[in-house]
Amino acid sequence: MDATIAPLFCSGGGCTAKLGPRALSRVLSQLPAPTDPDLLVGFASSDDAAVLRLTDDLAVVSTLDFFPPVVADPYTFGQIAAANAMSDVWAMGGRVRTALNIVAFDEDGDLNQLGAILAGGAERVAAAGASLAGGHSITGDGVLYGLSVTGTVDPRHLWRNDTPQPGDALVLTKPLGVGIACAAHRLDSAPPGAFEAAVASMTELNLRAAELLQTPHAVTDVTGFGLAGHLLEMLGTDFSATIDTLALPLIPHVRTLAEGFFLTAAAQRNRTHAEANGLVFDRVPFGVQEVLFDAQTSGGLLVAMPRPDADAYVAALADDRAASGTRLAASIIGTVTERAEHTILVR
Amino acid sequence: MQTLDLTGKSCPIPVIETKKALEASAPGTTFEVIVDNPTSVENLAKFASQRGYGFVRGSDAPGEFRVQLTSPDADAAGSAEGAPAASGRKVRVVAVSSRTMGEGDERLGATLLKGFLYALTEADAWPDSVLFYNGGAYLTTEGSESIEDLKRLEDAGVQVLTCGTCLNHYGLGDKLAVGGVSNMYTIVEILSAADLIIKP
Repeated sequence: MDATIAPLFCSGGGCTAKLGPRALSRVLSQLPAPTDPDLLVGFASSDDAAVLRLTDDLAVVSTLDFFPPVVADPYTFGQIAAANAMSDVWAMGGRVRTALNIVAFDEDGDLNQLGAILAGGAERVAAAGASLAGGHSITGDGVLYGLSVTGTVDPRHLWRNDTPQPGDALVLTKPLGVGIACAAHRLDSAPPGAFEAAVASMTELNLRAAELLQTPHAVTDVTGFGLAGHLLEMLGTDFSATIDTLALPLIPHVRTLAEGFFLTAAAQRNRTHAEANGLVFDRVPFGVQEVLFDAQTSGGLLVAMPRPDADAYVAALADDRAASGTRLAASIIGTVTERAEHTILVR
Repeated sequence: MQTLDLTGKSCPIPVIETKKALEASAPGTTFEVIVDNPTSVENLAKFASQRGYGFVRGSDAPGEFRVQLTSPDADAAGSAEGAPAASGRKVRVVAVSSRTMGEGDERLGATLLKGFLYALTEADAWPDSVLFYNGGAYLTTEGSESIEDLKRLEDAGVQVLTCGTCLNHYGLGDKLAVGGVSNMYTIVEILSAADLIIKP
């Protein structure tokens, strides 16, 4: 962190600032449904972005995301916000092409802070091979930053978030627990390594995780609704899933921190929503339970794919990360089944 | 009764501050906690439930929710932990950790294990639980020659459990033919509570 730039004030930002799934779906249900037949993906399926078909083999993917600071270092915050905003395009199998900044900043604030935020965002957009092409700024009491992102995808090979098949393995490409680690870090209670691992995870682009994927059945990225919430969206009303908690990739120390109640309000909303929608635990300890509800900022891809492909994919992703010197964990965390009594059985 | 005014604080601060206050005070202490949103109330209720603290909802006003949390008094805390499990008989657990019995020829080992599980159904004292992990997962899944014996045990009330991680690892996730699926927490719990662990 540049010592000459003041740290940002973090009230609990990132995807923990997201509206709860229950509140959101109530509001969205009031809006008119779009009717354009070329709009392949709208918010009807709770998907990540809008996809508009232009020609038979070309569609444009539009998405945006912004939030208050999730970490105190402005440059890192910019990196995280950009990695998070672009992720939706990769989760649909698309390629990120342009990005526009969305900024709210106090007019009397330290402009060096703003400069560092934007530099961090620009660095990640460049790393994604995309063009940062402008933006919009307003003055406000608190800091907000994010990006509006445009990508392209072949509509014939679009990945949806709600089309898994029974028997599919579920793969998660980043460790869980960044919300818990950041909450503890804000209160100076994170053991060494936890926050650092969370930052490494949040700044990593989902670009390679998407590029290495071949013909998955369903893909989404895990963000504010936590693993449980995004998996519920994937399963819809037709499927169920079993999650093996021993297989979950985790940020170090998050189970202990969860038992110490470094839990966000978003996580409590996510638990309430998931338990009301058929998630059940089979004797899973409390600290592990909470990890499933933890709101992730710039979380990993959640993929439903045939089991043999999943083994190969996890190995390929590990090799790719080893080659680039990162050590994030990815693993097969469960199985999609036919609809059962429960929606998600966690054991 | 002391009051903690935690209005204006967002999660997890209300729970963390309450936890600190309760841990720093004598057993049996009650704190009235004031928070400004229902999610903080839910988090405090969850905390109290996890820690065995008393929890009473107080009056709600707009932007002001009052709850009371009480730590257990010293006697209750003492008796809740470390109480020996009352039991007249020994708890027996069979732990099957591979698809063979003993080391040496694999085919022989498989035959021996099949024989062991059969003999178990014929033994005078049946175990309370039979756990299958690692290669043991092959014994409870389709293609195993021990399904019938294990079903006999299960029908008689013996707990038959296979490690879910192991089933998935060997691609047997949808092939379980007898008993239930377990995770490592349950396995540790069962092994720890056993008086006698039998490893064929």
